[in-house]
Amino acid sequence: MEFILAILIGIFYAAGLYMMLRRSLVKLIIGLILLGNGANLLIFLLGRITKGLPPIISGESPVFLGAYADPIPQALILTAIVISFGLQSFAIVLVKRAYTVVKTDDLDQMNSTDQFS
Amino acid sequence: MIQHLVLYPILIQVFLAVVLLFCWRRVHLQKVISVVGSFLSLGIAIWLFINTWNQGTLTIQAGNWEAPFGISFVSDTFAATLVLLTAISGLAVSVFSVGTILPARLKFGYLPIFHFLLLGLNGAFLTGDIFNLYVWFEVIIISSFVLITLGGEKAQLEGALKYFTLNIFASMIFLTAVAVLYGLTGSLNMADLSIKVAAIENRGLVEVTAILFLIGFGIKSALFPLYFWLPASYHTPPPAVSAIFGGLLTKVGVYALIRVFTLIFVGDVFLENVILTIAGLTLISGAIGALVQNNIVKIFSYLIICHIGYVILGLGLASELAIAGAIFYLIHDIIVKTNLFMISGLIYRIKGTFSIRDLGGLYAKYPLLSLLMVIPFFSLVGIPPLSGFWPKLALITESFKVDNYWLIAAVLFATFITFYLIAKIWSEVFWKEGKILPKLHNFRYFEKLKLEKKIQIVGPIVFLALVSLYIGFCAENIQQLALRVAKELLNNQHYIQAVLGNQL
Repeated sequence: MEFILAILIGIFYAAGLYMMLRRSLVKLIIGLILLGNGANLLIFLLGRITKGLPPIISGESPVFLGAYADPIPQALILTAIVISFGLQSFAIVLVKRAYTVVKTDDLDQMNSTDQFS
Repeated sequence: MIQHLVLYPILIQVFLAVVLLFCWRRVHLQKVISVVGSFLSLGIAIWLFINTWNQGTLTIQAGNWEAPFGISFVSDTFAATLVLLTAISGLAVSVFSVGTILPARLKFGYLPIFHFLLLGLNGAFLTGDIFNLYVWFEVIIISSFVLITLGGEKAQLEGALKYFTLNIFASMIFLTAVAVLYGLTGSLNMADLSIKVAAIENRGLVEVTAILFLIGFGIKSALFPLYFWLPASYHTPPPAVSAIFGGLLTKVGVYALIRVFTLIFVGDVFLENVILTIAGLTLISGAIGALVQNNIVKIFSYLIICHIGYVILGLGLASELAIAGAIFYLIHDIIVKTNLFMISGLIYRIKGTFSIRDLGGLYAKYPLLSLLMVIPFFSLVGIPPLSGFWPKLALITESFKVDNYWLIAAVLFATFITFYLIAKIWSEVFWKEGKILPKLHNFRYFEKLKLEKKIQIVGPIVFLALVSLYIGFCAENIQQLALRVAKELLNNQHYIQAVLGNQL
């Protein structure tokens, strides 16, 4: 399971970076989304995957005995998903506006702010 | 009451932003609330600073969950100083925004978003939890995205796209780094991380994580190979927005770098060399970039990059005096950079252009205003006794001690180029005989503004110039502060003790 997830995360990062390096604005956003998902899965994987062991202390003992599923990574991922959802919706609107104003979705042609005046 | 003091700078900004949201479209009321609120938040920041100075590091555990399980908020001298500087710059920019931002932009929620940005900054400075830091960074960047795009001009949107992409990318790298760090240690509390990371045996993995943090924060603070988004975007929004971005946004990245590399990843020779190399190259490349520009805002944008190099240099040298120099420079830089961008706004109001080819004759027309603008210009170069001089002295002395001569060369080179640029701006904008520019339609020139507006534009510049003068002439106080911050940063037991209490 860990092995498959590790490879999947690698694919997410690689695909995200590749898409970000393309010239199209839409591909740029897809790249960002893929990178975000890769990062979320990475948190999930690095929080150690333990199956069927809920983080609940049984009545008899005051502390945890043995392994338990760590709930923190899931809380982190939830936060990160919500944040990236907001950012992605903003990104899509921004790209739409930029496309209507600049009239191109080619990043190579959006260089007027870098030129000398 | 008093133990919640650490949270007040954050709470006041939330409160202001929400109240401002309820006054949607009532622009005049918003202006009053924003300015009054900024004064209040300055008061709170001073209160927090005095308390931190007298009682040492203040901490609070959110929801009373004991560290390292809950989220800690920590106000050590470093954090309190930066909160104070944020409040000072925030007040100045708030008044300046009221004077210069067009009513159309104000109607679409400029001021609430501005206070959300300050909220994010205060949160980032005060938090003691690495994931919480990520969340505050997101609060900062999403507010800054709105501020940079508000108005929707072509240049703004183009600049915003680059700014947006690189900042989100930096956040992703930061998140990845947090994930790896959590996997290594199982903790997110920075004080706890400091202990646990020191105990990890596989130093290679720690170094890789540190480099991930360096890249993530490096993009945000515009370090050497990662800064290209900054000059492409900072000149596009209105000058008030550039002022808060230039003064504080890159500095929060620098704050995070200093915090992480003095608390969590300590004493790694390889990392220190990487940071020193980057610092030298940032100084040189930022200075060279600024040389060829003709737009004053672009010149200042490149100078931001260049001067980040001084702070990072101090961090890399990692001796007490060097870090004190870096902190001193940071304090000076936040005030002066905010002021420079506001000055560019004032020049634009007077002449209607940013291009130094077209500008000219300001000194003949406004001798007193020109004299005012000289103060931040000379402080920036560091002509003694103004504020930029003292930290450079410390940095050069410390570079001599480690026999790193090319760093001294980089520092002197950057200072010299800054000096040359200020001389160039001075002769082109102020002394050169002014061209007769075509009158812009629907443009409110400075001379035609009402007295109230003029005060709103010039007042903040005077205020920050006075703060700059204080930093320069009372350098002893600031140096004492910087030395205390450096002592606390280098002796991180102090921070750990304050957060984790007597569990050690």
